[in-house]
Amino acid sequence: MFIEVRNLSHNYDKELVGNYTLKDIDFKVEKGEFIGLIGHTGSGKSTLVQTLNGLIKPTEGEIIIGGSDITKEKDLKEVRQKVGLVFQYPEHQLFEENVFLDVAFGPKNLGLEGEELEERVKEALVAVNLNYKEFKDKSPFKLSGGQQRRVAIAGVLAMKPEVLILDEPTAGLDPKAREELLQEITSLQKRSGLTIILISHRMEEVGQLADRIIVLEKGKIVLEGTPNFVFSHVDLLEGIGLGVPQITKVMHELKNKLNIDDMRTDLFTILEAKKEILRVMRG
Amino acid sequence: MSLINIENLHYRYNSKGNWVLKEVDLEVNSGEFVVIVGHNGSGKSTLAKMLNGLLIPTEGDIEINGRSTKDRDNIWNIRQQVGMVFQNPDNQLIANIVEEDVAFGPENLGLESMKIRDRVDWALKEVGMEEFKRHAPHNLSGGQKQRIAIAGVLAMKPKCLVLDEPTAMLDPLGRKSVISTIEKLNKSLGMTVVHITHFMNEAIKADRIIVMDGGRVALEGTPKDIFAKVNQIKKYNLDLPQVAQLALELQKSGLDLPDDIFEVDRLVNLLCSLK
Repeated sequence: MFIEVRNLSHNYDKELVGNYTLKDIDFKVEKGEFIGLIGHTGSGKSTLVQTLNGLIKPTEGEIIIGGSDITKEKDLKEVRQKVGLVFQYPEHQLFEENVFLDVAFGPKNLGLEGEELEERVKEALVAVNLNYKEFKDKSPFKLSGGQQRRVAIAGVLAMKPEVLILDEPTAGLDPKAREELLQEITSLQKRSGLTIILISHRMEEVGQLADRIIVLEKGKIVLEGTPNFVFSHVDLLEGIGLGVPQITKVMHELKNKLNIDDMRTDLFTILEAKKEILRVMRG
Repeated sequence: MSLINIENLHYRYNSKGNWVLKEVDLEVNSGEFVVIVGHNGSGKSTLAKMLNGLLIPTEGDIEINGRSTKDRDNIWNIRQQVGMVFQNPDNQLIANIVEEDVAFGPENLGLESMKIRDRVDWALKEVGMEEFKRHAPHNLSGGQKQRIAIAGVLAMKPKCLVLDEPTAMLDPLGRKSVISTIEKLNKSLGMTVVHITHFMNEAIKADRIIVMDGGRVALEGTPKDIFAKVNQIKKYNLDLPQVAQLALELQKSGLDLPDDIFEVDRLVNLLCSLK
């Protein structure tokens, strides 16, 4: 097991007894897995991912990453290198005068220099589909929103993390930029075997990408499983303000109205849904 | 009569730069609900900023109620008539208390305090936020903040509301609450609305959709007209709601379905009637 979270609880304000942001969280992640983490605003998603790289020390519980419990570590430098966290709107954190220096900031702090450093930066920029020569000397502030976001992600990738956590990486991007970024993330994972945890509000996005989805509500895990399994719980997901992909909703309502027992409702791609609807309509 | 009249509008940010807007001709009628869609860099936000004189046309004209934005004497009148709401809720609220924030505009109009009170109460009620009037804005959710920003504009009693991607930074519930607020203001107050968005599913209820591409108006029509042009929509890097894509696929496979299905309920009902 690569990541194992055991009995994790967190309380931001110890004076307020019982006021937990996270409560009794248990889950495991295999190496190379793609996890979707969903939950309404305030459900504890962001707190949870911040505990995974030691930004927040949970009040209770253990987080075992690669064999050691990071909640007991004194030196978190290595943990933060292993677990890369890309915050929401990461482009707000760009600060250097050119793209090279911004992406190089992390690896430089790891002690890299010269050719090795250059190689790192190059690799990271290529991974997010930015041409090294074309972009390295540009000011990050003169790039488009989508490009800025890529530079910010490259800055995390340049640390060569084993786990990449992305908090709403496509928020505010237009459909084309969103599609491109998601493709880059997928191919990155396939190529490098990176373990990914993706937070998203877009159910379609999570359904498409994740091997497994974890649903948080009021600091607790309320549902966990494959996208098909998770999206078959329409009432639960709607009850906690999340909803399901539009396609799943169509299948669910159609089944209810037509009163057909053997119709599948756990689908979320257009192609699968089309096949199933045609089967039912013509059956 | 048209409230907004745009004629042969061209714009560039500096005299050597590329044209950001080209040959834009557009009329928006009083009470109309217009949605402008387009990918990043298509010119839609630049166009929005031209509507209340934040930017002035390089060539061509924009008239609001017959007044040109080029004439500096008109600017205050135009800004009172055309209210803007932007993307980031955190950048638009300035006061420590919700009602003080909403009062900022009317105070600057120099209204007497009783009138300001009335307007603030009315505006907060219209956006469904009256119970939060004594709250601090930073404790509100993104959707609530955007509704406060809308109330701040409403309190100026504008003729037209221009919203530049007001839902881009919100979660699904926040997005829903803002969209239904906008729709309600259009229906119940007859407020003219120009809503700019990436999300095609927010354009479903519009009277008219305008698709921007490369600084020009690429397509214009009712939701029914626009959504039926699947291939063109994809070309302009916009995404059709999934349910519309599914309906079109089913139609292609021989099911007798109309072109204008954008909503889950409608597709389900039509499929049931075919069975």
